Amino acid sequence: MTETMQNAPQPMLSVQDIHVYYGAIHAIKGISLEVYPDEIVTLIGANGAGKSTTLNTIAGLLKPKSGNVLFEGKPIAGLGASRIVPAGLSLCPEGRRVFQQMTVRENLEMGGYTRKPAEIEASLADMFQRFPRLKEREKQIAGTLSGGEQQMLAMARALMSRPRLLMLDEPSMGLAPILVDQIFGIIKELHQAGTTILLVEQNAQMALSVADRAYVLETGKITMSGDARDLMHNDNVRKAYLGS
Amino acid sequence: MAFLSNLVNGISLGSIYAMIALGYTMVYGIAKMLNFAHGDVIMVGAYLAFCAAQYWGMPPLVALLIAMVACTVLGMTIEKLAYAPLRQATSLAVLITAIGMSYLLQNTALLIWGANPKVFPDLIGLDSLQLFGGELVIKGATLVTIAANIVIMVVLTLFINRTRMGKAMRCVSEDRGAAELMGINVNRTISATFAIGSCLAAVAGFLLCSSYPMLQPTTGSMPGIKAFTAAVFGGIGSIPGAMIGGILLGVIEILGKAYVSTELGDAIVFAVLIIVLLVRPTGLLGKVQREKV
Ligand SMILES: Nc1ncnc2c1ncn2[C@@H]1O[C@H](COP(=O)(O)OP(=O)(O)OP(=O)(O)O)[C@@H](O)[C@H]1O
Ligand SMILES: [Mg+2]
Repeated sequence: MTETMQNAPQPMLSVQDIHVYYGAIHAIKGISLEVYPDEIVTLIGANGAGKSTTLNTIAGLLKPKSGNVLFEGKPIAGLGASRIVPAGLSLCPEGRRVFQQMTVRENLEMGGYTRKPAEIEASLADMFQRFPRLKEREKQIAGTLSGGEQQMLAMARALMSRPRLLMLDEPSMGLAPILVDQIFGIIKELHQAGTTILLVEQNAQMALSVADRAYVLETGKITMSGDARDLMHNDNVRKAYLGS
Repeated sequence: MAFLSNLVNGISLGSIYAMIALGYTMVYGIAKMLNFAHGDVIMVGAYLAFCAAQYWGMPPLVALLIAMVACTVLGMTIEKLAYAPLRQATSLAVLITAIGMSYLLQNTALLIWGANPKVFPDLIGLDSLQLFGGELVIKGATLVTIAANIVIMVVLTLFINRTRMGKAMRCVSEDRGAAELMGINVNRTISATFAIGSCLAAVAGFLLCSSYPMLQPTTGSMPGIKAFTAAVFGGIGSIPGAMIGGILLGVIEILGKAYVSTELGDAIVFAVLIIVLLVRPTGLLGKVQREKV
């Protein structure tokens, strides 16, 4: 590897001027963003700004009308999630969306759908170690778990595919403060264990405190971006998203 | 004894409804559409088995296999050509397409095989079972139908609960978007669902015509509608629901015809359906719709 390449690391994820529509609704109006290896990047913004749409597009649930998405240098826009997940990119969706009628274990196994049975077993053991609560409830039907437990299950399920980049869409939504702390603790642990993270949050305070960099999204456009700590002290951000 | 005989016949007819209902319910659960052409696939299966046995001189089991393979391909082709392009369309557009497909199949059959009913040969060739000193006679076709249905239920239940594709189907049925995020190829899952449903339809067509040997292009319509009713009765989208709904419907129909009125047999079936839906709008085993947030 040459000196210059080492000095200028390639982005793990590069979103280039994507436009996304729902029918006639122009939800994402030209967004570009990057996530570099080993970063935590957060995307903050008000309700309806287009945060979930952005993540769903990267994950392959939606197709951008124009623009590119590169993951580790390879174009992935429009490939569909069934080819993006095995490439090492996974999304823990908004609202958890665990399979309510399946057991905790089955949910986790589905998370490893694209992998070999032996690899699934190994990852299951990892998950049960990281989330002991899920081990206790291994055979329980996921629909009967508490909100916090379902969030942990959703995160563990997304990790079952061994993603190099994990996207989390509002993991703290609807959880009591103590659980929010717990979830953010897990995010930090995952990051330390080497997972790169793209985090969407309405809880901007928490998100900015764990992130390296942040993007602010307003009605389908990025209006600000930069170092997370700088943004936390930015007056506009404080007024709009931190309530002070 | 007459009651027992009616009951057995009801279970046998209900087994056929159950096999057809499985196709309706799985396709509904996974592709979220009503495939009204499903009943006509039964008819195609029956004609193919008929031709294979009668014209091409195939042994019965080979005739059945030909029908199963051909219907599997037919079901997947219909899905690919007619329904897959409408994945983002309104459910009304899909419904109308399905009705159109139903007519297309019926009219194609009319063109190929003509309107005159064919007499389906006795391909099962199993002697009747005489019980209680000849007081209860169960026909070979009846026995084979019930046995086939038991095998299908067991295999399908194992398939859905144990195999990778079966589990993928359960995921798609519960939450298509979340299933995609697991890396499941939803299109392939839907295609496999049509394959299974259509293969079962071929078996149902073969068994239906073995018990009721009149074969014409509209042969699939009424059993199709009844089986759809059975699927709704049991709770559309639910596999055990389709099995139970199918069998109950067959029993109610035969007993109704025997003890209430031959002419009103079908009306009784639909009356029971209406009552069940009034008490339990989601059917016997249907899931209560969860509000999406
Ligand atoms: N399925 C859909 N059909 C039509 N419009 C949609 C759909 N999903 C989202 N939108 C619209 O797209 C815009 C962006 O929505 P999105 O869900 O991405 O916002 P968000 O930033 O994630 O909001 P929230 O914080 O409430 O989750 C909104 O105006 C929304 O109304
Ligand atoms: Mg959102």
